[in-house]
Amino acid sequence: MIPVDYYIILSAILFTIGVLGVLVRRNALIIFMSIELMLNAANLAIVAFGSVFESFSGQIFVFFVIAVAAAEVAVGLALIVEIFRSKRSIDVDQVSSLKG
Amino acid sequence: MEFILQPLTLVIFFPLVGVLALLFIPSENKNAMRWTALAVSVATFVISLWVLGRFDASNTDLQMVARYNWITVAGWNIQYFLGIDGLSILLVLLTTLLTPISILSTWTAVEERVKEYMIFFLLLEIGMNGVFLVQDLFLFYIFWEFTLVPMYFIIGIWGGPRRIYAALKFFLYTMAGSILMLLAILWLGIHGKTFSLPDLIAQGGIPANIQMWLFIAFAAAFAIKVPMWPLHSWLPDAHVEAPTAGSVILAGVLLKLGTYGFVRFNIPLFPEATLQAAPWIALLGTIGIIYGAAVSYAQPDIKKLVAYSSVSHLGFVMLGLFALNPEGIAGAILQMINHGISTGALFLLVGMVYEQTHTREFRVYGGLWKIMPVFGAIYLIVSLSSMGLPGLNGFVGEFTILLGAWGAGQNGIFYWGGVWFAGISAIGVIMAAIYILYMFQKMFMGPQGEVVEETKKHGRAIRDLNWREIVTVVPLLILIFWIGLYPAPFFNLIAPAVNHLVGTLPLP
Amino acid sequence: MHLSESVNTGFLFLAPWLVFFPVIGLLINTLFGHKFSERMIGAVASLASGAAFVVSVLLYVTVSGAHGEAMRWQLAEWMHIGTLSLDWTFRVDSLSTTMMLVVSGVGTLIHIYAIGYMHEDVRFKNDVGRFRRFFVFLNLFIAAMMVLITGDSYLMLFVGWEGVGLCSFLLVGFWYELDLLARPSWSNSFAAVKAFVANRVGDFGFLIATFIMFWAFGSLQFDKVFQQVPTVAPGVIIAITLFFLLGVTGKSAQVPLYVWLPDAMAGPTPVSALIHAATMVTAGVYLVARSAPLYSSVPEAQNIVALVGAVTALFAATIAAGQFDIKKVLAYSTISQLGFMVAAVGMGAYVAGIFHLVTHAFFKALLFLSAGSVILGMERGHHHAAHANHDNHGKGKKGKRKEERHDARAERSHSDSEGADEAHGEVFDPGDMRNMGGLRKTMPVTFWVYMAGMVALSGIPPFSGFWSKDEILLDASMHNQAAYWLLTIAAFFTAFYMGRQIWMVFFGEARHEAAARAEESPKVITVPLIILAALAVLGGALNLPFEGFHNLGHWLEATLGEVESLPLNLQVAGISTLLALLAILISWLMYARKPFAKDQTDPLASLGLFFKGMNNKWWMDELYHLLFINPYIKISYFIAEVIDWRFWHDWFHEKVIMGTYNWISFTGLNEYADQKGIDAFANGLGTWTQSLAGTLRKVQNGFVRSYALSILLGVVLILGYLIFK
Repeated sequence: MIPVDYYIILSAILFTIGVLGVLVRRNALIIFMSIELMLNAANLAIVAFGSVFESFSGQIFVFFVIAVAAAEVAVGLALIVEIFRSKRSIDVDQVSSLKG
Repeated sequence: MEFILQPLTLVIFFPLVGVLALLFIPSENKNAMRWTALAVSVATFVISLWVLGRFDASNTDLQMVARYNWITVAGWNIQYFLGIDGLSILLVLLTTLLTPISILSTWTAVEERVKEYMIFFLLLEIGMNGVFLVQDLFLFYIFWEFTLVPMYFIIGIWGGPRRIYAALKFFLYTMAGSILMLLAILWLGIHGKTFSLPDLIAQGGIPANIQMWLFIAFAAAFAIKVPMWPLHSWLPDAHVEAPTAGSVILAGVLLKLGTYGFVRFNIPLFPEATLQAAPWIALLGTIGIIYGAAVSYAQPDIKKLVAYSSVSHLGFVMLGLFALNPEGIAGAILQMINHGISTGALFLLVGMVYEQTHTREFRVYGGLWKIMPVFGAIYLIVSLSSMGLPGLNGFVGEFTILLGAWGAGQNGIFYWGGVWFAGISAIGVIMAAIYILYMFQKMFMGPQGEVVEETKKHGRAIRDLNWREIVTVVPLLILIFWIGLYPAPFFNLIAPAVNHLVGTLPLP
Repeated sequence: MHLSESVNTGFLFLAPWLVFFPVIGLLINTLFGHKFSERMIGAVASLASGAAFVVSVLLYVTVSGAHGEAMRWQLAEWMHIGTLSLDWTFRVDSLSTTMMLVVSGVGTLIHIYAIGYMHEDVRFKNDVGRFRRFFVFLNLFIAAMMVLITGDSYLMLFVGWEGVGLCSFLLVGFWYELDLLARPSWSNSFAAVKAFVANRVGDFGFLIATFIMFWAFGSLQFDKVFQQVPTVAPGVIIAITLFFLLGVTGKSAQVPLYVWLPDAMAGPTPVSALIHAATMVTAGVYLVARSAPLYSSVPEAQNIVALVGAVTALFAATIAAGQFDIKKVLAYSTISQLGFMVAAVGMGAYVAGIFHLVTHAFFKALLFLSAGSVILGMERGHHHAAHANHDNHGKGKKGKRKEERHDARAERSHSDSEGADEAHGEVFDPGDMRNMGGLRKTMPVTFWVYMAGMVALSGIPPFSGFWSKDEILLDASMHNQAAYWLLTIAAFFTAFYMGRQIWMVFFGEARHEAAARAEESPKVITVPLIILAALAVLGGALNLPFEGFHNLGHWLEATLGEVESLPLNLQVAGISTLLALLAILISWLMYARKPFAKDQTDPLASLGLFFKGMNNKWWMDELYHLLFINPYIKISYFIAEVIDWRFWHDWFHEKVIMGTYNWISFTGLNEYADQKGIDAFANGLGTWTQSLAGTLRKVQNGFVRSYALSILLGVVLILGYLIFK
């Protein structure tokens, strides 16, 4: 059996990639994908711990996260489409109306 | 469902159905709105007749009681508590009758914002019926204040040129009195651990000096509403500016809230204070009778005349209530109804002629009887009822009131006042004849007034009443004759409750 | 029902129909009258009144079957509250049957007469539609009067009492718009209001009396009150009777409230006859007679009543002698005769009072109706005269009358509200006796019936007025000397003014074209006159002062208790007859020996100020205006405008309350407390917040990634804290 540390490390790597993607990239779609990456990194960690503690709650929780993520994708994509429609670009730096 | 199907709950809240329905009617469809409001108010009247049918006059307890706990926090016990007895049933019927009539009377007079107008009337009906039926002081206060809101808007939106001023004055004046009442209600509720009126009356035991203060606090709210002299100053303004139906409801029902408050709250809650205050209230009532009648005579405006005549008529009611004998109180309650009918009808009629001539100045009227024979005859009957001609309703009330007041004077209820109150008030009967006949003469007799030509210049000829207008007043005319000739059914409704009330007083 | 079983109630159940029949009549005419012809309207109304008369006769039969025993018929409950218990109960006894026979009998005759009279009157006044209204009011009057006389309690009596007052108002103001017309000095609508208000003053007295009575006797029902008379303090009864007297002075036009009656002549003549002479105004007399047990127990009050009556009798008689209007003479005469009746019932001579009431109803109704016939005749004459001048086609012939009238109507409808008289040019008063003269020839029937009424009123034996007046004088001579002399002098004046009237109206030469062309009235008018004339002549037979002929006295005994039936006293009768004859002789010397000429001043003018007083009604109207009406108007305007509006409404509410509030809120709170206190603090707070925000806003740069970075940093910090703590 693969030790749990590996899962954790993989999850941490994925998460870090995700964070960096969000912070560095300007393309909204990429940022979006990075967010998904972070979510799934978290999922991986949860499932891993679930199997270690021999509890179903980890898996159940992950199902919820997936469902929520699906919803979030729908909303997020819709937002991106709207942003594109109004700005003709999906560069997030151009969306700065809230600047104080 | 059990909660909703309580007869009294239905009477109060049925107009809400109309309010909801009106919200969904497109605002171009004015006739649909009128018919809806009329239908709902007529249905409310039918429900109140059902209540009348279930009412047992010989029982002096509250009937058809609906009682649920509402707010029970920190030892406060506020209830949703409805009940009806002989003191209130006629007033409820009067309210449910006058509402459809006033809606019918504005069929053509109101063309703008019909929806809001109708909604306010139905809300007003809810408020008024609530005041008459609620037996919990806290809830009573809520309904009491609630009646102000629709009336404020009715005057303020559909009123005459100085409507904002009048509406504001009406609102503030009444509000000022109510605040004192609120304090008294809170004192009673905290001190007696309940807000239920029957329980508070049964508990009794309020020290005499505190009773006096509480009496004054309640009286402040009610006296302004009545209005008793010298707190009447808001009334002429409100009446003159209010639209016809507003005046009808104002004179017909809203003023009765005040007199009803006295008989429902002041007298049973504070019996000792009532006995002490009786001569003073009777004095104010007597002054009001004479003063109102004298001032009426000098008014150049028809509506103002009728407004001041209300001061005079309600002086009679107050005098009768504080005679504290069955004749006086029953007469006063009947006179409340009579005043609602006659003065309501007078305002209706004034509105009908105003709609055609657009003036309320006597100066320009004259000889209308010739052009409007039916209107003249109806106006005459209503005027005569208002001045207390025997055989019509006003007389029955006035006579029993004065008879009761005279007896109270002889039996020492009025202390130093004696029979003088009744004697001087009876002069008001002469003065009523003077101002009423003066009004009738100036409007309907004599040579034709300028108003006929003036109206013609605007391309309208003055016409007699149409069918809708006749239908509007006929129910009131029937009641005028009915109460005048055969008041027995009405007295039978009132009498047991009044006898019971008088029985609880520590009379000397 | 409180009927004793032994009494045969006969037709008693019909009692309410005395009221119902006229009410049905008026309802039919109100609701369907617009489809009826005039004849039909008149017939319905007269039948309604006639049916009431038939009922009266049947009730009379019933009551005489029961030997005058009072019978009561309860129709419905009325007011039952506390100790007050009143019902709509009809009381039929000898007194009320007497009254109802008079009311419905005379009333029916006047209904019939009015069919003819109003037919012409509405045409002269150019408003044919008002014919129906007249009969509606007339029926209403009969109904109200029946309530008055059959009521079993003081309050039911009061219902009728005010009801007839209302009818009086309506009928006096019948031609409500005509105050510029025909009779320049009469503002009809003011007369109507005056009648009602004066009556209301009296009713105030009536009301107070009922209050005292109720709390002293515990009831307002006649029998219950009368039973307890001995147990109640006389002071209370005096108060009751005197307050009733105030009511009587209002309704029966006695000093000081009589002033409305002369003005009430503004009503059409049948009204003057029925309401203001024969029936309504006698209600006061009826009230006193009805309250006989009360009055008889307090002689002090009786004296006052008698004196009020006697003073009125003389006072009004003097005024009557100075009037020129044919109806005003009769109006003051009515007041004077009512004074006789009130004096009689005041002295306890109830039978004499009621007897005079009955005979007076006959002859005064007759006189008024004849006067109406005269006025109509004059109007016809005036009409013909105007058209004769206008069209130049000679005499107005009978056959052409209708046609001409039609023309006149068309003509009048062109002229505006100024009214009919414009068509005729000058203002013509058909009631002014100075315009008359010589009508004996042109209106013979009217003349003869007028003579019958005149001799009856003047007290010439053996006509009816003589017997009734003589009985009053006889009672007065025994009970109250002051009243006796006042009444005797009044009787002298009575004969004088009637003589004066007869000479001026019917004798001599016509003083106006209208009089010359006057024309006799149609049968529908003259037949009732002839019937009334017969009654006026023979009415005395009801109660002749001879043994066995005191019919009315015995009849009323059942109701009024022991009645003294006095034999004829030759001294009293002789004096009054001689005085009457003397008065007529004097009037002949003054007005007929040298016929009264056109534009001549009245021979009485030589009396100077005395005549001026008589002619101007002793300035009583002016005095009342000065003492009561003007002050009332002034005071009420003062209260309304100065006290209520300017002081209370404008000054106190607007200036003091609202001004104070405004000052506090604008100046006190707004300017000082708010702007300089709270505002300064709040503004300071605001400025500070603003500057802080200015600094902090820089954080919001709008880049999503920088926000994400700050979140990341936050997460790292929190995690770091959690891990390394």
